[in-house]
Amino acid sequence: MTADASRGAEAPPEFVQLLTPEGERVEHPDYDIDLTPEEIRGLYRDLVLVRRIDLEAVALQRQGELGIWASLLGQEAAQIGSGRALTEADMAFPTYREHGVAWCRGVDPVNLLGLFRGVNHGGWDPAEHNFHLYTIVIGSQNLHAVGYAMGIQRDSAEAATIVYFGDGATSQGDVNESFIWASVFNAPVVFFCQNNQWAISEPLEKQSRIPLYRRASGFGFPGVRVDGNDVFACLAVTRKALADARSGQGPMFIEAFTYRMGAHTTSDDPTRYRVAAELEAWKLKDPIERVRSYMFKNQIADQEFFDAIDAEADELGRDVRKRCLALPDPEPLAIFDHVYAEPHRLMDEERAQFAAYLEGFEG
Amino acid sequence: MSTLTLAKALNEGMRKAMEDDPKVLVMGEDVGKLGGVFRVTDGLQKDFGEQRVIDTPLAESGIIGTAIGLALRGYRPVCEIQFDGFVFPAADQIITQLAKMPLRSLGKLKLPVVVRIPCGGGIGAVEHHSESPEAYFTHTAGLRVVACSNPSDAYEMIQQAIRCDDPVIFFEPKRRYWEKAEVDVSASADSAWLPLDQGKVVRPGADVTLLAYGPMVKTCLEAAKAAEDDGRSLEVVDLRSLNPLDVGLVVESVRKTGRCVVVHEAPVFNGFGAELAARITEECFYNLEAPVLRVGGPSTPYPPSRLEDHYLPDLDRVLHAVDRVFAF
Ligand SMILES: Cc1ncc(C[n+]2csc(CCOP(=O)(O)OP(=O)(O)O)c2C)c(N)n1
Repeated sequence: MTADASRGAEAPPEFVQLLTPEGERVEHPDYDIDLTPEEIRGLYRDLVLVRRIDLEAVALQRQGELGIWASLLGQEAAQIGSGRALTEADMAFPTYREHGVAWCRGVDPVNLLGLFRGVNHGGWDPAEHNFHLYTIVIGSQNLHAVGYAMGIQRDSAEAATIVYFGDGATSQGDVNESFIWASVFNAPVVFFCQNNQWAISEPLEKQSRIPLYRRASGFGFPGVRVDGNDVFACLAVTRKALADARSGQGPMFIEAFTYRMGAHTTSDDPTRYRVAAELEAWKLKDPIERVRSYMFKNQIADQEFFDAIDAEADELGRDVRKRCLALPDPEPLAIFDHVYAEPHRLMDEERAQFAAYLEGFEG
Repeated sequence: MSTLTLAKALNEGMRKAMEDDPKVLVMGEDVGKLGGVFRVTDGLQKDFGEQRVIDTPLAESGIIGTAIGLALRGYRPVCEIQFDGFVFPAADQIITQLAKMPLRSLGKLKLPVVVRIPCGGGIGAVEHHSESPEAYFTHTAGLRVVACSNPSDAYEMIQQAIRCDDPVIFFEPKRRYWEKAEVDVSASADSAWLPLDQGKVVRPGADVTLLAYGPMVKTCLEAAKAAEDDGRSLEVVDLRSLNPLDVGLVVESVRKTGRCVVVHEAPVFNGFGAELAARITEECFYNLEAPVLRVGGPSTPYPPSRLEDHYLPDLDRVLHAVDRVFAF
């Protein structure tokens, strides 16, 4: 198999799909799902709105309002499908690209922008949304998710954790350690790997010689590959995996087979390492277009609905932009805040010295 | 009052903390049935069960990383790193996650995780079993770093560390594990205990301040005793907390004596003593009769154990430095 074929138009054989790129509904023996028209319209709305937030953020970065942005373009279905599978009690541990999952968890998008603008390092309350902070160090959050899941076990709670990571992350020690921990403790955790085919410039072949989902079996738990551009399939597979985890059946590895349509981040230049044909092939599998065409064909929505969603997206984009620009820089002395939970004399001393220094410029 | 070894005092302290708070967990390699390679967790699993005393897979990053997750869920994990030289696989989780997550959340998250590290040399061990990695961690904002030096402190400090809402790197002087002293185990963490972030003058003196922590406190006390015969009065300060440092106590002592020798096992170059010397120079410049001298390991890897007596500061090397501060 050539590198391009593995990322190109050929769907891999082992692949859970419920909605084809052409918008045809297909069945799967293990992972079928019954969605009401209302739910389908809801998923479509999510997909469109998070794409819009993402586009607005890219534009803001280009205008110098954000230092950097990691776009989710192309990965909306993987994120919305898995994100909508979560119950309120479940806990999600993201990387830095899970804007769609954040949306599902009710995190204000402006909070995400704040991080990339450099206003703070995160700042939302993970407990309020059951959505942990973005994690920049690749793979670190996997262990946190497993530890949290071990806590759920100890609490005998009806919940699970889900942890997001990329194909590149599967090479990290922490990710492999997290598999071991989850397996030997039978922790209620779902490993959700978005295989978007690239880790910056490095293709999957630099991380693994086998399909990623097959790694799980070596650690002693099941793995499945799902069409990551199919929001129905992502929802169905994740929902089942979470239910299994909650009912004591242990961890599950989901490989969402998808594609990063944009650059790795706004600082990246994908033309240096990938061919245009690959992108073109994946455009035909767009996660939003297929839902739209399915809805049209099956009269789940009319033009009026689509226009209304587009208008809502425009309004959301404007709102996010406006509030992003209004984000104030923190006060200089905020550097010293929250470093420690309890009083710490070095912090206090340095804060006082810094304050005195700054006061010297006044008046 | 009971007479306890330092290891047993830690054990009793952890036991007390686990009794007081059902959220306290102990985790690490071999901490269960074996009770840890130094038996510091001896009997805890028997009494508290496998859900609270967790034998983990053999992976240090995993220990700290999952402890973080458990802490996020409301638990208070006490992690054992088997030996100092094996903390480095966990350094990433400690430095990039444990230390920084509370800040990242603007204070919404607390990570009350204790990382116990048996540290230092002097037990004739093989490579990677005798390191003093404190400077790596004192350099990392967001961590508290403490070192106990005797059974009584060990008993109290481990409980205070567990109760602390910040992550605490807890150094245990492994060659002092078997030394005994009186410990008041009847008292629970009451206000009579010295706060975790304070140092202590363990021997008052007038001529020179010896600054030490962990295993070197005893060495310095011996040196002070020997110096008495030469008519020199050495004050020994047990720093106990390295981050935050009890600067006030250090400054007070050095202002009084006018001379200072810092003693630690770690290599001197860029070691914790460098911070002490710099602080003292800033705060006590006009009180100093001599520059602050440092006694520590050479800037080499820890040597094979047949050479460790040369590497480790001993009474003679401390007294030699004392001679030098008098010679200025
Ligand atoms: C430990 C670590 N090493 C390197 C980096 C720099 N880096 C940021 S993203 C990235 C690629 C990650 O690829 P992948 O895990 O596939 O996730 P993706 O961004 O493609 O979703 C790298 C190397 C990092 N953040 N952390």
